[in-house]
Amino acid sequence: MTLKLGVPSKGRLMDKTFKWFEDRGITLAKSGSDREYAGHVDGIDGVELVLLSAGEIPRELAAGRIHLGVTGSDLVREKLTAWDSQVVELAKMGFGGADLIIAVPDGWVDVDTLDDLDAAAAAFRTTHGFRLRIATKYHRLVREFLRDNGVADYQLVDSQGATEGTIRNETAEAIADITSTGETLRANGLKILSDGMIHASQATLFRGRRSEWSQDQREILRQLLTTLGL
Amino acid sequence: MSLDQARLIWDRARNYTDVLTQQGAVLTDADYLQPADTLLDLYGEDIRARAFTTQDPARGEMMLRPDFTVPVVQTHMAHGAEPARYTYMGKVFRKQEDGGDRPTEFVQVGYEVFDGTDPAAADAEVFATIAGLLNTVAATPVTGDIGILRAAVRGLKTTERRRAALQRHLWRPVRFKALLDRFEGITPPSRHRTDLLAQADPMVDAPALLGLRSYAEITARIDALREDAAAAPVSSEERALLDALLAVAETAPNALSALRDIAVDLPSIAAAVDGFAARCDALAARGVAVETLMFEASFGRTSMEYYDGFVFGFASAAAPHLPPMATGGRYDALTTVLGGGTGVPAVGGVIRPALVIAAEDVA
Repeated sequence: MTLKLGVPSKGRLMDKTFKWFEDRGITLAKSGSDREYAGHVDGIDGVELVLLSAGEIPRELAAGRIHLGVTGSDLVREKLTAWDSQVVELAKMGFGGADLIIAVPDGWVDVDTLDDLDAAAAAFRTTHGFRLRIATKYHRLVREFLRDNGVADYQLVDSQGATEGTIRNETAEAIADITSTGETLRANGLKILSDGMIHASQATLFRGRRSEWSQDQREILRQLLTTLGL
Repeated sequence: MSLDQARLIWDRARNYTDVLTQQGAVLTDADYLQPADTLLDLYGEDIRARAFTTQDPARGEMMLRPDFTVPVVQTHMAHGAEPARYTYMGKVFRKQEDGGDRPTEFVQVGYEVFDGTDPAAADAEVFATIAGLLNTVAATPVTGDIGILRAAVRGLKTTERRRAALQRHLWRPVRFKALLDRFEGITPPSRHRTDLLAQADPMVDAPALLGLRSYAEITARIDALREDAAAAPVSSEERALLDALLAVAETAPNALSALRDIAVDLPSIAAAVDGFAARCDALAARGVAVETLMFEASFGRTSMEYYDGFVFGFASAAAPHLPPMATGGRYDALTTVLGGGTGVPAVGGVIRPALVIAAEDVA
């Protein structure tokens, strides 16, 4: 029995994951052509590389179809209920950093905090007859954050891309989105609430709790963690 | 769940509705699928964490009923006349976002009373009726009264805006406390806020506006912030009274005397406390052991329900860790919202037969 390691199948996240393992003595590589989603592992026996979309890795870990996986900590928290009962964080990998934040138009000079947002939302609902709309694709994380901080009278509207543009298009009044440098936000005339940081995400190596591990697999994991220095 | 277990639960539910219909309640029902917009409007985005959502091609977003109260009130407001008493039984559905193995669907029996002639008597009727149905098991009831909290906030000597902000967050204790800390001056205004209000016209150099929220809305809020900054702080005496009120957790007679003491300095709650006293009398008249009945002023504050007066819950004495077997309360404001401005005094409660049976098994 091998241990299945899920890794993002393309882009910078894949390259940096490969490098992170390389630096620790384990070589991950795509086999064959660059378009093929099969891979191999050198430097340790019994580990099988599975290339997947980063967004699917949380689900696969939770289901026990892969044993280990590299993905953004934001995706795990968004996609899994009670995430820490389903997966364990083994290592924060120090790249793929991005902050999930709440942003509003620069011109809202009266709004700097969640407290302001809440008050603006109450007034907005009275004026417009509907709840202030926050565009996001991180529904669970945003809803939990706003509930914990006692913000009311808002609604979430789904936005799977170009979220910064929703305010200009008047399909939302505020957004909750991922940003690494804040540049796209500034270019779109938006500012981050001073206490609007929902989650500081980075690429993280996770272990699933669900799957039944054999003695062999436990041994492979022990060797892997030793090699990785964890 | 086994077939036998399911049959036990449904039989018990039927027993309860039989008793209630024999007492004069009308058996009613509600659709499984409820329009999502009504529930979202009432509960806000939080309902999405609690209710299962699905899509109907013609009717749009729908939710599997998370309770019966909303549809029963709607039906009553559209077709009913007071006084009215309803009972119902059926499955309700709740997502369990924090995982765990709590059930996502359960059988619920309800009793709803629309009768404004004597609110204290109606409160007592619902409470005593549910207590009667729970006579197979040792139950620990707790009561509270959101109406007393609302009256206390209404009576605070501060601006109308501040009172409204506190009323709005009565059900969110963390935000409620943060607001009070700010209004009392314990939390100083932020640097951003003082800088903003130091400007004669903060909008002069403001960046261009985007989206629906207009210039007029922003200046209106700045005016409100200026009013707030100029307002005298809520006095520490008033704050202490409010904290004392929230901390009341005693048997009903002791709670009543504690609240009467607080009412001397916070006269706005006097009428609500009189209502509490009347309810105690009405409960005693129905044979409830008021001497030992617990009253907690904060009870019901963290539930998502729409209660605004009397609230109650029944835990199992033998298995207090289980969710309450029955809960209920008064929801006058909900009928106003769903009735498009006209409301009727309403109070009701629900029992979950599976939890009663579980408590019987533990005992």
